[in-house]
Amino acid sequence: MKLVNTTVVYVLWLREMKRFLRAKSRIIGSLAMPLFFLAFLGMGFNRMAVPGLSGNVNYIQFLVPGILGMSLLFSSTFGGLSVLWDREFGFLKEIMVAPVNRVSIVLGRIAGGMTTALIQGLMILGISVILGFKVRSLPALALALAAMLLITITFLGLGLIFASVMKDMQGFSIVMNFVIFPIFFLSGALYPMENLPKAIRVLSYADPLTYGIDGLRGVLLGVSSRSPAVDIAIMASFSIAMVLVAAYAFEKSECA
Amino acid sequence: MDAIRVENLTKRFNDFTAVDHISFSVPGGELFGLLGPNGAGKTTTINMLSTLLKPTSGRGEVAGFEVLKDKDAVRRSIGVVFQEPALDTKLTGRENLDFHSMMYGLGKEERHRRIEDVLSLVDLQDKADVLVEKYSGGMKRRLEIARGLIHWPKVLFLDEPTLGLDAQTRRHIWDYIKKLNIEKKVTIILTTHYMEEADYLCGRVAIIDHGKIVALDSPHKLKDVLGGDVVSMEIEGNAAPLLEQLKSMGWVKSLSLREDVLRMTMEKGERRIPELIQEAQKAGVSVSCVNLRKPSLEDVFLHFTGRTIRDEDGQNGRRRMMPGHGR
Repeated sequence: MKLVNTTVVYVLWLREMKRFLRAKSRIIGSLAMPLFFLAFLGMGFNRMAVPGLSGNVNYIQFLVPGILGMSLLFSSTFGGLSVLWDREFGFLKEIMVAPVNRVSIVLGRIAGGMTTALIQGLMILGISVILGFKVRSLPALALALAAMLLITITFLGLGLIFASVMKDMQGFSIVMNFVIFPIFFLSGALYPMENLPKAIRVLSYADPLTYGIDGLRGVLLGVSSRSPAVDIAIMASFSIAMVLVAAYAFEKSECA
Repeated sequence: MDAIRVENLTKRFNDFTAVDHISFSVPGGELFGLLGPNGAGKTTTINMLSTLLKPTSGRGEVAGFEVLKDKDAVRRSIGVVFQEPALDTKLTGRENLDFHSMMYGLGKEERHRRIEDVLSLVDLQDKADVLVEKYSGGMKRRLEIARGLIHWPKVLFLDEPTLGLDAQTRRHIWDYIKKLNIEKKVTIILTTHYMEEADYLCGRVAIIDHGKIVALDSPHKLKDVLGGDVVSMEIEGNAAPLLEQLKSMGWVKSLSLREDVLRMTMEKGERRIPELIQEAQKAGVSVSCVNLRKPSLEDVFLHFTGRTIRDEDGQNGRRRMMPGHGR
């Protein structure tokens, strides 16, 4: 049998699109948090001198890639965890009993989650531009899109891994509080990592989002801790690893 | 050829044995029932045969393919309607069917044709483009049965197909199931804890209790085991001497006393009632009510397990709620 069944990937993607477009409140809800962060943190801290920012970048400029990364982190992880909802509402059985290989199912999930997360990310970027965020050039935008893509794949994979290991929604808040928020705060989305104690900074090197956000800053602002090429290479490795582990975990999970 | 062959199939969850060395086979075209109380192991059996659960030991064969070794071939040959709805309620009925047929690799034209076919089979053409969250319980069930048929399965598993439905809808579902089995020649394996359902629908029934098959035959023959009619008498007074007396009479085939109701089986019960009342009077027991009926599968279950299926339901707490609202 073929390793990847494109029809299966397509039909899972199509389902996600239909659900996404029908849930208007979900789209608005998912945009609200990042925009509030952007507006209030941006306004609140704009006048303050944040140590570690290079001269020509103000806090809002610094914050936009961080909030973009945050939005992708949350929407992608939720996208992966949405398998738990399917389990809860029975639909997962319909998928699992079909004669299709599990790799295709994982890829279909990722294709769907990726599209919705990217749409949300682009909406946030668009609103930021309206609010005065400057994108350097069109190629920079294309590179930013690549970085966004890698972030979503990585965290969709992470969400799928948790969804395969967990049997129900019970563990959801644990994952939120002990995995997603630490990933967010360790990533340097809100402040330059250089301001954190060294011991914590070491932890941030294990956080995929660190490279994602640094990469986004690199291409969008021209300011980053590493070369954007390095960031993107590291993100690519993370995303491949996550997808492989997710496919393995999903294959092993029993759904009955 | 046998559609299903099961040998010593066993499933253990930690130290709990849900299915305990069951064996049976189902010839092609049969409507076969697994009857038992909640928690007897019916759903676990279905889940193993539909490749969703890995058996602890034993083997199962569906449409000639082994459930452990040839998962995809088994999956292609079966349709499953799960106990709890497995529909995407945010999609329409037609979209749910479309999703299914694409997952099963049907071509575009065949897909459209099949979807129309199965929709008309369950009379859902009018509601095909309505979101499933607006469907009633019975409509969801019909849609699921339709979906289970799209890809021409050789075997259709129906796990408690009428659970939670009202009496009238249940009748309708029964008619659809019968029609399917007769017109489309699909082998159907059905689980239920409703006696009437098994009796009305199934060619053969396996009575399953605590993970074991305690009896397997046609409903008719299972009832024959009891030997004739069921006579129950409501009595007052010390029943012990009466019981002794009745046990010594050759024509009382079986006898049990529960909460002042004496239940016996015998042939030609209607002719024996006067004699029974006489015996009771002789033993100083007063009879307040007598009832005679043909045996039901309920009596068969009682005969083989010593309990009624309703006792079991009580023990297992209230039935699981059906999810399917929201999302």
